[in-house]
Amino acid sequence: MAIDFTLNGRPVSLDVDPDMPLLWAIREAAGLTGTKFGCGMAQCGACTVHVAGEPTRSCATPIGQVAGQAVTTIEGIDSPVAQAVQQAWQRLDVAQCGYCQSGQIMSAVALLTQNRRPSDADIDAAMQGNLCRCATYVRIRAAIHAAAQTIGG
Amino acid sequence: MLFQPHAAAAPAATDATRRDALKLGGMGLVLGLIWTAGPRAVQAQGTAEAPPAPNAFVRIAPDDTVTVIAKHLEMGQGIYTGLATILAEELDADWAQVRVESAPADARLYNNLAFGPMQGTGGSSSVANSYTQLRRAGAAARAMLVAAAAELWSVPAAEITVERGTVAHARSGRSTRFGALAERAARQSVPAAVALKDPSRFRLIGTRLPRVDAVAKTTGRAQFAIDVTLPGMLVAVVQRPPKFGARMRSFDPAAARAVPGVVDAVAVPSGVAVLAQGMYAALRGREALAVQWDESAAETRDSAAMIAAYSALADRPGLPARREGDAERGLAAAARRLEAKFVFPYLAHAPMEPLTCVVRLTADACEIWAGDQFQTVDQANAARAAGLRPEQVTIHTTFAGGSFGRRANTQSDYVVEAVSIAKAIGGRAPVKLIWTREDDIKGGLYRPLYVHALAGGLDAARNLVAWRHRIVGQSILGGTPFEAMMVRNGIDGTSVEGASNLPYAIPNLAVDLHTTTSPVPVLWWRSVGSTHTAFATEVFLDELAHASERDPVALRRALLAHHPRHLAALNLAVEKAGWGTPLPRGRGRGIAVHESFGSYVAQIAEVTVGGDGTLKVDRVVCAVDCGVAINPDVIAAQIEGGIGFGLGAALAEAITLKGGEVEQSNFHDYTPLRIDAMPRVEVHIVPSTAAPTGVGEPGVPPIAPAVANAVFAATGRRVRTLPIGANDLRTG
Ligand code: FES
Ligand code: FES
Repeated sequence: MAIDFTLNGRPVSLDVDPDMPLLWAIREAAGLTGTKFGCGMAQCGACTVHVAGEPTRSCATPIGQVAGQAVTTIEGIDSPVAQAVQQAWQRLDVAQCGYCQSGQIMSAVALLTQNRRPSDADIDAAMQGNLCRCATYVRIRAAIHAAAQTIGG
Repeated sequence: MLFQPHAAAAPAATDATRRDALKLGGMGLVLGLIWTAGPRAVQAQGTAEAPPAPNAFVRIAPDDTVTVIAKHLEMGQGIYTGLATILAEELDADWAQVRVESAPADARLYNNLAFGPMQGTGGSSSVANSYTQLRRAGAAARAMLVAAAAELWSVPAAEITVERGTVAHARSGRSTRFGALAERAARQSVPAAVALKDPSRFRLIGTRLPRVDAVAKTTGRAQFAIDVTLPGMLVAVVQRPPKFGARMRSFDPAAARAVPGVVDAVAVPSGVAVLAQGMYAALRGREALAVQWDESAAETRDSAAMIAAYSALADRPGLPARREGDAERGLAAAARRLEAKFVFPYLAHAPMEPLTCVVRLTADACEIWAGDQFQTVDQANAARAAGLRPEQVTIHTTFAGGSFGRRANTQSDYVVEAVSIAKAIGGRAPVKLIWTREDDIKGGLYRPLYVHALAGGLDAARNLVAWRHRIVGQSILGGTPFEAMMVRNGIDGTSVEGASNLPYAIPNLAVDLHTTTSPVPVLWWRSVGSTHTAFATEVFLDELAHASERDPVALRRALLAHHPRHLAALNLAVEKAGWGTPLPRGRGRGIAVHESFGSYVAQIAEVTVGGDGTLKVDRVVCAVDCGVAINPDVIAAQIEGGIGFGLGAALAEAITLKGGEVEQSNFHDYTPLRIDAMPRVEVHIVPSTAAPTGVGEPGVPPIAPAVANAVFAATGRRVRTLPIGANDLRTG
């Protein structure tokens, strides 16, 4: 049975097992590979997407659950907050291997959308589900503060 | 990791012998040069022979792009940016026109001059071995552009200047971009000698250039192996034995094949592979698989039993790795003697991108996509597995989502496994092999488990007069092709590095090694031997400082009088951290200084330990001397990351065995550092004109001992077993 939802603003219909994790549906069926597989059990955040604007671990979300909802991936973010985050990430050269960074950025965009002036403690709380094995955390904090400045939070 | 390129003075100018330019019609200048020898920094040491070989490092296209061809893997360390900076510097390119592309596997063209003959990345050697090579290539390409302009404008070459991608002749008022000269430049002969810039004229080196991969890595566009998709491709996962050293006896593929989307289940040397239309089906197929294992040769011990056995060995002398004076006599005669044992667990690399390899196999060719770290080793091993010749194997090196040493192994484990799967299905479809996180955590090739025993002797005046250090653990290089080259008199250098070259002036000193064996496969892990030797030596020295009632910094200064680079790093960190200024109760400061891979690093950690034993690392001040700083911001990033990576292991990472089986499986029980535990970090670079050395690894070793020493300062409790989380730090 096909599952209909909105992906990055466009309606899609994927004929896959409703128990399939959203992650694999996005990567393999929809062909969007910016969302990454890191653990498969909601422990690392590499697979973070937005479902109805909320940061969501796509590896632990059966695709059946997003029927009718709006899913946004790293390829589809374009709000002023998202642009500020991506530019801050680039300006501060946050990324090392880069593998975790789609998920980091998705979590950061969600944080700044809800809290335009987060403290270090807010950042640690919101980002603590996103592992970075390269440990780029010093710059992640700095880049979120920089993006907050840009959006005038 | 493999070799320590100690700094030699960078040659200001150098020469190349005759060579020819490779010319591609319409492609502009593709520079290929035959050098007679490797860089002098390497030659001076006499450790690496670089045979004459053509090297192709830069392509200048009519569209004005300058593409630097990277022989090294970009796995996060910023090497694409570093290599491009070095070449663009001598080329006088405009940074905005510079691109980077990975080189094809070729041991002749792309030999690692630090540890070849092979193409590979590791040992924090990439900048060190490429520095002179790429400067020469850039300077030669520049000379050819100048020659082309001179020919075009009929003016003397000596009057032509090059700046930021523009070639100009002031007297005639002519100027043009590189791209317009590309094709003509390709027809010039490569100069017989090139003059390199005096470092005082560097315009790019030493500045904070933006990373070349920053945009791709913030938009989801960066391509990792796991992102490669080929028409008709199948996804494969492998069921491997639950215990190291076990083998597959039999399996029943029926239930797996019955899972929708599963295409096949086949035996491979490492276990049983399930192939499916996608990852979800492959995983469900693997769950359905029934496999019988032969565990007769498997490891069946617990970690605790291994530690007990190692500890007993550490009570006896081993093979000598270093001898100065007579440590036994010195200890016997000492007025005071201290002894301590240190325990280190197995550690997993756990790169964020699980191991992945894509293979397309045909009767006479094999194409591989991987975040490939040992390209020519993997090429040879893949050829053997495929039944082809190495030159029939093409390697496409993608970005790697981290490695920390994991992707650099001489058996090419995951690459060979992927080729074996493709071969087992007769090459009828391209295969993408993905390791799950559980496969990765349980999959071996760990940093070995070690036990160290140290003894130190103080004389009546409380001078440190004797030091005995015994190390017990598995050999990383034993049984690999590096063994013949790098295991001497039974001593694997990677087991003792950081201990056998202890810089402190101690008259009687012995370092011994016991090499153990186990079916648990082991591998280098970011900073290799120094992951444990730096901890044992720097914590034990702290204990001796305390016993001799000397300030830990003062004692190190006294013992490092003949090691100016250690001393300079130490002094810079001490100055920036405010060493000696008072801290409130429950807080403490600890120091460690350690050289690895030719870079000198001192770190001072400030910690808070609550009465309930909770430890928080608040701040780390780091000073690093890595010779000429190619890109200070990339250096800072690598040190920050190295500190976070090392701190994660120091605080909470451990792979433990129960009956030979790994107890951990994913990030809930193998726990790298998260953002809430990341301290503030300050990185200070010691100014230097010495030849550049690496920074990928050297930031890691000092953090664990610096934190342990800070914990002692805060609580009076010594941490000698890692991870620190395994210790009770309660004071209340
Ligand atoms: S892959 Fe989803 S949280 Fe790790
Ligand atoms: S940048 Fe490598 S895991 Fe985060």
